[in-house]
Amino acid sequence: MKNFTPISKVKNIATEGSVLLSERTIARAEDAKTFFTRAGNMTLFILQTLRQFFSFPFEFKEFLKQCYEIGNRSLPLVAITGAIMGLVLTIQSRPILNDFGAESMLPQMVAVSLIREIGPVITALICAGKIGSGIGAELGSMKVTEQIEAMEVSAVNPMKYLVVTRVLAATLMIPVLVLFADALGMVGSWIGVNIKTELNIALFFSRAFSSVDFIDFIPAFIKSFFFGLVIGLVGCYKGYNAGKGTESVGIAANSAVVLSSLLIIIVDLIVVQITDLMI
Amino acid sequence: MSTEGQYREEAVKGEPVIKVKDLKKSFGEQHVLKGLTFDLIKGENLIVLGKSGSGKSVLIKCIVQLMTADEGTINVLGNEVGNLRAKELAELRKKIGFLFQSGALYDSMTVKENLEFPLRRIKKGISEKDIKDKTMEALEAVGLASALNKMPSQLSGGMRKRIALARTIILDPSIILYDEPTTGLDPITSQEISALINEIRNKYHTSSLIITHDMPCARAVADRALLLKEGEIYAQGTMQSIQQIEDPWVQLFFKD
Ligand SMILES: Nc1ncnc2c1ncn2[C@@H]1O[C@H](COP(=O)(O)OP(=O)(O)OP(=O)(O)O)[C@@H](O)[C@H]1O
Ligand SMILES: [Mg+2]
Repeated sequence: MKNFTPISKVKNIATEGSVLLSERTIARAEDAKTFFTRAGNMTLFILQTLRQFFSFPFEFKEFLKQCYEIGNRSLPLVAITGAIMGLVLTIQSRPILNDFGAESMLPQMVAVSLIREIGPVITALICAGKIGSGIGAELGSMKVTEQIEAMEVSAVNPMKYLVVTRVLAATLMIPVLVLFADALGMVGSWIGVNIKTELNIALFFSRAFSSVDFIDFIPAFIKSFFFGLVIGLVGCYKGYNAGKGTESVGIAANSAVVLSSLLIIIVDLIVVQITDLMI
Repeated sequence: MSTEGQYREEAVKGEPVIKVKDLKKSFGEQHVLKGLTFDLIKGENLIVLGKSGSGKSVLIKCIVQLMTADEGTINVLGNEVGNLRAKELAELRKKIGFLFQSGALYDSMTVKENLEFPLRRIKKGISEKDIKDKTMEALEAVGLASALNKMPSQLSGGMRKRIALARTIILDPSIILYDEPTTGLDPITSQEISALINEIRNKYHTSSLIITHDMPCARAVADRALLLKEGEIYAQGTMQSIQQIEDPWVQLFFKD
C-alpha cells in the first residue's frame, strides 16, 4: 500500500471544489446582474434621449455641425470602400455566373446584393468604426475632464446638447452615406464588368436596375436608419458613461465600436426577418 | 463631536444663502464627508481649507447636485437641493457660478465660444453687442483679452484656469463656488485673482465658497474659514480666530 490518499485530503479537495463551484455560481450570478443593470442603464439612457428629442429648444447649430462631421468626414472612406466592394463583388461573381452561362446577369446580381445587403451593412460597420469610436472618445474625454459636468452646472442639458444632436445626425447621415456607397459600388461594378467584356455604362445601369425594384430599396433604407441610430446611441452611451481617468476614454471608444458592430449585425438580422415576412 | 467643529466661533451674523446640515457622503467603504454643518452668509467669502483628498471638491459638488449627498440637507437660496426637479434645479444652477478644479474648458470650442456658451443659453434674448461686451469684460478681468480666439489646447495650465474663472463670473452669479482658483498660478497672477475675487464680491455682493491651499490668497479674500479634517469640520470662524487656535494640526496650515 503506497501513496494512499488520506481521507482528510480527499475531504479537502472536495470542500475546495465545492467552494470553487459556489464561487463560480456567484460570479455567474454577478455577471448576470451586471448584464441586467447595464441593459437597464442603456434603456434608461435611450428613454432620456427620447425625452430630450421633444423638448424645446433644439440645438440646431450643433446638430448641423455634427451632420457635417459625421457625413462629410466619412465620405472618402465610404466612397473608397463602396467602389472596391462593387468591383470585388463583380470579379468574384463572374466565374460562377459564367458556369451557369448567365454572365449577362452580372449587373443585376451585383445590384441586388449591393443594395439589399452589402452596401448598408459594410457602410454601417465602417461607420461604427469611424463615427462610433469618434463619438465615444469625444464624449468620453469630455466626461473624464469634467466638461459634461461643467455643462450641467451652467444649466445646459448635456443630453440635449451633446447626445440628441449626435444621435439624430448619425441617424440621418448614415442612410445618405449608404446611398453614396451604393452608387459608387455600382460604378465599381461597372469597372469590374469592363475588365473582361465591354459594356457601356447606360446599358450596365439599365440592366442592373431591371431586377431592382423600388421595394428593394425600402428595407435597405429603413435598415440604414436603424444602423445610424445604433451607432449614435451606442457611441453616446459609452462616452457619456465613461469611468474616471484617461484610460476610460480608450475603453469607451473601443467598446462603442464593438457593441455597435454587434448590434448592427443583430438589427440586420431582425429587419431582414421582418421584411421577409412582409413581402 | 458636533458636526459644526471642535473650534467654533459663535454668532455668525447675516442671512445665510447656503445652509449645509449634517452632510454625509461615502464612496463605497470610503467615508469622505462624515457630517458637516455650516452656513454661507450672504456677501461673505468663506474659505475651505483641508488636506488633499479631504473631500473639499466633493463638498461643493454636492451643493450643486453634481453628486448627491447620502445624508443631511443642503439648502441653497431657500431650496432643498435634494428635492428639486430637473427644471427647478436648472433654474437654481443659473444663479450659481462653479469653477472646476480642472478648469473644465470645452476643448472643441475657442475661448470666445467657451465664454459665450453659457451666456447665450442662460441669458435668453441677449443682444450680440452685449455678448461681445460681456465676453471682453470677463476676459479683461482675468487679464487674457488676447486669448479670445485661441483654442484651450493652445493655452498654458494657468491661462486655462483663468479662462475658466472668466467663464464662471460672466453670468454675474449670486453665489460662486471656487475650487482652487489660484492653484498653479504665479504669485503675481495669484494676487490679481485674489483681488478680482474681492472686487466681484464688493461689486455684486456675491457670496463665495473658496477652496484654496494658497495662504496668501486665503488671507487676502477670507471673511471666514472652514477647516476640514478627516471628513469633519475641525474648526470654523474668522481667519484671525482660526490662526490663533493653539492646535499643532491647525498651526501647520498657517506656517509659511
Ligand atoms: N466620483 C468618485 N468616486 C469615488 N471616489 C471619489 C469620487 N470623487 C472623489 N472621490 C474620493 O473622495 C475623496 C475626496 O476627494 P476630493 O476630490 O473632494 O478631494 P479634495 O479635498 O478636493 O482634494 P484636493 O485638494 O486634492 O483637490 C478622495 O479620496 C477621492 O478618492
Ligand atoms: Mg479638490
